[in-house]
Amino acid sequence: MENVIIGLEIHVQLNRLQSKMFCGCSTAYHDSPPNSHTCPVCLGLPGSLPVINRKAVEYGIKVGLALNCKIEEETLFYRKNYYYPDLPKGFQISQYDYPLATQGHIMILGDDGAERNIRINRAHMEEDPGRLVHAGTIDKAKYTMVDYNRCGMPLLEVVTEPDLSSPKEARVFLDKLKSILDYLDVFDGSQEGSMRIDANISLKGGDRSEVKNITGFKGVEKALSYEITRQKNMQRRNIKVVQETRHFDELRNITVSIRSKVGAHDYRYFPECDLAVMRIAPWVSDIRATLPELPDVKRERFVKQYGLADDHAKSLTSEIKLANFYEAVATQAAPKLAAVWIADVLKGELNYRDLAIDCFREEHMAEIVQMLEKGKISEDGAVQIIRELLDKKSGSPGEIVLALGLGRAEDDAVQKAVREAVAESAAAVADYKAGSEKALNFIVGVVMKKTRGKADAGEVHRLVKAEVEKV
Amino acid sequence: MLSELKSKLLAESCEEYLCQLFDRIEKSSLNAFTTLAKESALKEAKLFDKNPGRGLLAGVPIAIKECISTKGIETNCSSRILRGYIPPYDAHVIERLKAEGAIIMGKTNMDEFAMGTSTETSCFGPTKNPWDHTRVPGGSSGGSAAVVAGGIAPCSLGSDTGGSVRCPASFCGIVGLKPTYGLVSRYGLVAYANSLEQIGPLTHTVEDTALLMEVISGHDERDSTSAEGTRRSYLPGLQDGVAGLKIGIPKEYFGEGVDSDVEKAVWAAIHTLESLGASWQEISLPHTRYALAAYYVIAMSEASSNLARFDGLRYGSRQGEDKDWHTTFSEIRAKGFGPEVKRRIMLGTYALSAGYYGRYYLKALQVRTLIKEDFQRAFKEVDLLASPTMPIPAFKIGERINDPLSLYMADVFTVPINLAGVPAISVPCGFAERLPVGLQLMGPHFGEGAVLRAAQAFEAATPFHEAKPEVV
Amino acid sequence: MITREDVEHISWLASIKIEDEEKDELVEHFNSILEYFHQLDEVDTEGVKPTYRVVDLANIFREDAAYESLPQDQALKNAPRTENGYIKSPRIV
Repeated sequence: MENVIIGLEIHVQLNRLQSKMFCGCSTAYHDSPPNSHTCPVCLGLPGSLPVINRKAVEYGIKVGLALNCKIEEETLFYRKNYYYPDLPKGFQISQYDYPLATQGHIMILGDDGAERNIRINRAHMEEDPGRLVHAGTIDKAKYTMVDYNRCGMPLLEVVTEPDLSSPKEARVFLDKLKSILDYLDVFDGSQEGSMRIDANISLKGGDRSEVKNITGFKGVEKALSYEITRQKNMQRRNIKVVQETRHFDELRNITVSIRSKVGAHDYRYFPECDLAVMRIAPWVSDIRATLPELPDVKRERFVKQYGLADDHAKSLTSEIKLANFYEAVATQAAPKLAAVWIADVLKGELNYRDLAIDCFREEHMAEIVQMLEKGKISEDGAVQIIRELLDKKSGSPGEIVLALGLGRAEDDAVQKAVREAVAESAAAVADYKAGSEKALNFIVGVVMKKTRGKADAGEVHRLVKAEVEKV
Repeated sequence: MLSELKSKLLAESCEEYLCQLFDRIEKSSLNAFTTLAKESALKEAKLFDKNPGRGLLAGVPIAIKECISTKGIETNCSSRILRGYIPPYDAHVIERLKAEGAIIMGKTNMDEFAMGTSTETSCFGPTKNPWDHTRVPGGSSGGSAAVVAGGIAPCSLGSDTGGSVRCPASFCGIVGLKPTYGLVSRYGLVAYANSLEQIGPLTHTVEDTALLMEVISGHDERDSTSAEGTRRSYLPGLQDGVAGLKIGIPKEYFGEGVDSDVEKAVWAAIHTLESLGASWQEISLPHTRYALAAYYVIAMSEASSNLARFDGLRYGSRQGEDKDWHTTFSEIRAKGFGPEVKRRIMLGTYALSAGYYGRYYLKALQVRTLIKEDFQRAFKEVDLLASPTMPIPAFKIGERINDPLSLYMADVFTVPINLAGVPAISVPCGFAERLPVGLQLMGPHFGEGAVLRAAQAFEAATPFHEAKPEVV
Repeated sequence: MITREDVEHISWLASIKIEDEEKDELVEHFNSILEYFHQLDEVDTEGVKPTYRVVDLANIFREDAAYESLPQDQALKNAPRTENGYIKSPRIV
């Protein structure tokens, strides 16, 4: 969109780690009773001290490299000082100068169909604060409840330059980022709160507003769309857009201002002296060597190697598990056909049932594609098999084919039926030769009756035509 | 003294000894203990009598400064805001003490959150100096020093951010050591200024300090500033003497502002060391006069952040009806912190705030580098440095408390050591009008061995460590 | 020179309420202490690196292994106000 300037700050929880950023509490805190996943360190008890989780730093470097960033040779943690009930120490251990990774970029497809380079300003590490639960709505609640289970979870904050120019582009960017993170296996996007987004938006010539803590990609798109409308309206009426912080109300799909006290936030950043500096330059080449083939590269390879259409390749490479699933199937069955059936059919059936690709077995898919290839089942039959496997969660394609009688009639049987039908329908043959297409359909119907509907209609049509030509 | 005590405890009864101590404590008017762990301590003593352990401190009762976390025993840093806080964990040093069989007697009074030089800012009121009840025992570990000097605890632990172990050791006529930064784990030490502080022992003799250091020093993986390496040993070679040792006398630590009796006593001590085989020479630590300002800027800045966690939610006192969170936090902190703590938090906040960070905090850190380099340069020429610990003997209670700056000035010889991170010990070396005077010996990083040896040699050749206050 | 307004702003930043009566004394104390700090201006620190950590350690880490957390009752033991396992906080707005 013209004149729209958007920047994003994405907080990613590195929840594939076993333990928190600065202490050994486990990261599997969801579904736990409140305040049952803390220790003196993440609870900020007097006298406690943080210790850095080495793997968290490795993950941070991994992400930085995947985002094409420059990795800082010597990086360190800072204290971000502010008061809030969800912040037990009265400061958050974060990064400020010399953050882990800077000057990266991600390519996305812009609104106009052209490739756009979205620059990454930085990616840095920090700890999550606790979680506030309000008795009622945020502005009416008489008091607030705090659960510190989430406190200390490792976060990676990715900050873009204001290079995005529409809510849709923001969404596309987020999908791409999520894909990359999925490939790196540093984060489980299915967990609640695993990715939180702050969006900054301004119209050219105006001040920007910040919408904080949006939890879904759809929410981001909606919030930004609402903001554009709101800001455009204000501009039209010559009201100045004030630089402020806003909150996205998911129920009403609007953004509301969070009135903050007079005086801008002064975080008084200074280095966290309880932690040593991290000299990580020697780690970079080893970690770079462990990077998997990333989505863009994989997509290009799928197009070349398997001869796939670009949008199939894109769909199949959006998640690493799906891509691996596809490749496993493609070694056993026709790649192009497999692509159609996985990207267009299986994916749809999974989404409808809110299931992940783990719920389907590669061998089963391969078998289905092989059967389709050999004409042993019809397309409708294949769909039925997939649904059965997903819903019943047991059995195999072969068993289901027999159980439901989905097997296509043997070729010989079909051929026989065609020959018989043509022989029996002399009148129809004559009509067809005289120019009536309908007559052919009549004969096809006869064949279908003979094969009890097991033959593939399109296939029969072809065979009948060929047979009739012979006459 | 502790080695004799250990033998006595084995030969006689630990429970009896501890009961005697608790009796004396009850009769004492020093106001040195804040919490007594009578029940648990006597239980331990009984167990020891039945089956004595072989730890380095088996059966030895020890008093712990209020700001060191003790599991199950209230730890309130002598502040109203932490009254009632009972830690669910032991500090690393407490774990070490217990592993060697020591018995935790209770907690000792201190300046609130270790901010002070006289133990007068405590919410429990000041502790009295055993040598003169109208005078301060020094601070901030005043309680820890008073219990040892006053004969109601055989040894204790304190913490030293800007002199808080050495100052009370000097004012109370006992031995106090601030270890090299990183030698003793800070896990469990309630932080005041985390880049400056260390836990240190307070004892009657140098040998006792060496023993305690063997127990509490060494790497702790829970403290990322903890130096590598296992526990050090300081007892072997402690008696090796000072022959050939070169002692530097920093000229900036003498002269104007130093009480003449103090200076006399310290020079006498230097000559004693000379007679034992050491040599001395004048050296210069040119940036000394800026150390106080640099120290206070850094300490206050760090304090403003370290004390931000006290908001009445997870621990501490909270009374009355809650308003909105910012107002409630502000009121809890206003009521819970004493005036000196509030002053330092606010000044520290100011020093770190936008527009002032470069002027104060960053500048102070640069001056810190210069001070550290002064020491490093000095230690290229000499092995140890010697000076008065405090420029004056113990002052009267109430004398300086209303003039913050004058109180800060008393730390002039102790703070540079914290800025540089080097070790320093204070040993009694004489009297200034019947009040104890402390000799400060400083060493290079991880040079505790030489510092203790020199202190031991001095102690063995002098009677000061045997002096006991008449009035207790 | 620190003014009453400065003191008010600092008290807000530091989350410590100060009464009107306290303000003047605070201004006085702050100014005299800051005046003392200005001595540092005399020192030539051109090109001098700041010392944040007095001992030069680097790369101190822990391995990514989970340990046992504090049980809920221990975590809440010292909290003055709790409800159903949560810690009760004053309202946000």
